[in-house]
Amino acid sequence: MGLFILRRLGVMIFTALCLTFIVFFLTNLYPNLEKLAKTQGNFRMSDEQVESYLARNGHMQPLPIKYGQWLGVLPGWTVEVEDGMRGRCVTGTVTSEELAAAPTFCGVIQGDWGASTVFRSEVSSIVSERLGLTGILMFWVIVLMVPSALALGVLAGMREGTRTDRTLSTFAITTTATPEYVSGVILIAVFASSTMGLRWFKGTATSAMENPTFENFFLPVLTIALYGMGYIARMTRASMAEVMTAQYIRTARLKGVTFSNIVMRHALRNALIAPFTVIMLQFPWLLNGVVIVETLFNYKGFGWTLVQAASNNDIELLLGVSVVSVFVVLVTQLISDIGYVYLNPRISVS
Amino acid sequence: MEALSWGEIIARILIQFIPVWIALIVTFAVSITFKRRLGLYGKLFDSTIGMAGFALVMFWVFTGILGGAFDLIITHNVLEQSGAMKNKLPGTPYTKMIGDVAEGTYPYYLLGGDNLGRDVFSRMVVGSWEVMKIAPFATLFAFMVGITLGLPAGYYGTKLDTVLSFLANLILAFPVILLFYLLVTPEIVATGIPVYMAGVLFIFPILFLVVLFNSRFFTQPPKRNIYVAITVLIGGWLYLGIAWNADPLGVIGFPPNLLVVFVAVVFVNSPTVFRIVRGLTMDIKSRDYVAAAQTRGEGPWYIMLWEILPNVRGPLIVDFCLRIGYTTILLGTLGFFGLGLSPESPDWGSTINEGRKLLSIYPHPALPPALSLLSLVLGLNLLADGLREESLRD
Repeated sequence: MGLFILRRLGVMIFTALCLTFIVFFLTNLYPNLEKLAKTQGNFRMSDEQVESYLARNGHMQPLPIKYGQWLGVLPGWTVEVEDGMRGRCVTGTVTSEELAAAPTFCGVIQGDWGASTVFRSEVSSIVSERLGLTGILMFWVIVLMVPSALALGVLAGMREGTRTDRTLSTFAITTTATPEYVSGVILIAVFASSTMGLRWFKGTATSAMENPTFENFFLPVLTIALYGMGYIARMTRASMAEVMTAQYIRTARLKGVTFSNIVMRHALRNALIAPFTVIMLQFPWLLNGVVIVETLFNYKGFGWTLVQAASNNDIELLLGVSVVSVFVVLVTQLISDIGYVYLNPRISVS
Repeated sequence: MEALSWGEIIARILIQFIPVWIALIVTFAVSITFKRRLGLYGKLFDSTIGMAGFALVMFWVFTGILGGAFDLIITHNVLEQSGAMKNKLPGTPYTKMIGDVAEGTYPYYLLGGDNLGRDVFSRMVVGSWEVMKIAPFATLFAFMVGITLGLPAGYYGTKLDTVLSFLANLILAFPVILLFYLLVTPEIVATGIPVYMAGVLFIFPILFLVVLFNSRFFTQPPKRNIYVAITVLIGGWLYLGIAWNADPLGVIGFPPNLLVVFVAVVFVNSPTVFRIVRGLTMDIKSRDYVAAAQTRGEGPWYIMLWEILPNVRGPLIVDFCLRIGYTTILLGTLGFFGLGLSPESPDWGSTINEGRKLLSIYPHPALPPALSLLSLVLGLNLLADGLREESLRD
């Protein structure tokens, strides 16, 4: 087991390196750098001015070297400009003594994530703050989504083919067919617009960042939860339906165990193994939903930051955001694998 | 003129859709009459869910073709703006701020006007054409890529499988929206990366067909040569035109921003297809008929393409339906973030994105495209369910 986890960790780190390199490569393409220079300086810069700006900020080095510096395995760049020295590990233009006093390596490994050009602050503080906000959102999504999806699936799969099953399955299919930007729009139009008259909830979640209440937070949570719910419910239904036809359930029935007891004590535990994996693998998808919902409801969390960073080519922030999201994806995959092994006695890794 | 009541609006919309109703009735009448002779497609008409899904999907297919390509259903031009119709409610009579309404113009905006005074109903109808133009083909291309790589990965296993699986997992670990933002921006388009990606991805269908024919007919060289030559000629011509915009005859061109969207969607979809095909192949390759073919001395590609592939068609067809729905959702996501397609474009995602800004005051411009997208994807899901049920039955 230990070796298995170790090997998975190794693959994980390698994957993360490859992915960040791809992001690094795509954000550091020359047209992107040119756009960055023009948004930071001014839009009427000539080509020479753009180049001198990029050289002053260390963007003109070869890509692998820049990547190594960002990672913190190569010493940070330094350039001499007319009024002093500039370097990766110092801010602005400094004297050579100050530069010498600054650390040589400053990358992700050293805990230096760089600075955002859009928000004018440290990437690490932005990411942790935004991640906290999204954490609250995700927590409530899980609280709403997982129990209701499992309940839906178990109720539908308990007696396969009945009218309850048909109704619940249709509902589940409908939610999987409704992406967040569709359900969000419909929910806002029905529950938050003045034309329908039902002003039960608020159409934006901006105020929920300081003070989440049922009124301003329920719609975004519901929107994300709905899309993921259907898929988990269908998986639960399938696995529950399969378990209910198993021999040991028939034995229990023949022994005269009551139906509720069969479901609660015999079927449920075995039926919940498959949905566990699905729930864990659903996290990357939730991340997608988070981006859409945070944009739609103007909730300035992690997903909103991703959109801002990406649309402004804020290189270091975008890298920080992708590291975190890739990490989330890979860790959930690992947990789902390990959890599956623990839950299912028939599978062993060694 | 009075504004229309809701009953009148619905009646008028139903009348506008008459060509679609006729097409649907004909399709269903013909299919149900001959359903015993139509194989899996015919069996679809035995299941209520499958029929409902098929009806929804075909409704949008006909709407897209008749409304988008032949201008039959739409009431107004989708790009024409009228200052007097900004954010007007459904059923408002059509007026213009400057000049008179031309003779023969449809007298109402059936589903109201959007924030630029364009007809929401017509935009919704043409939006389905935007989906029809991209989603099925992008899904087909993703399948070609996934099958061509997934079959050898599953069949041979070993190093090839390790490398390809790693690459697939790499792409799958990316958050889709981040990938879209990285690929579908004007700056990236300027570097030409999407064109190179198109160059790589679009060669797979040709490769697939060439290998397909070669493995089957290599014992009959004349026949093989004809098939391969036709594939290479037509495929190569399309390939040059679509991917490199270098069609020697100058007939085939592809708008660059559409190409980027197409490439992005294929790129995101193919790893999942790869994983499905790989899994199915690993399952099937230990069957007796594969062993029989190996004993006969058949080549590996013949076994993969003519023994294994036909036997995994059931799950693949089901997944194809689901994946078109997912591609539709992805296209909507792109439009929702204003990526790729032009802002004027009537596709559903862009329209929802525009409508959401005034959503709590005027929900009517955003709701029709949202409900359309929902019904199309729902239809595809139901269709997939129906197909799965029917293909499992025998």
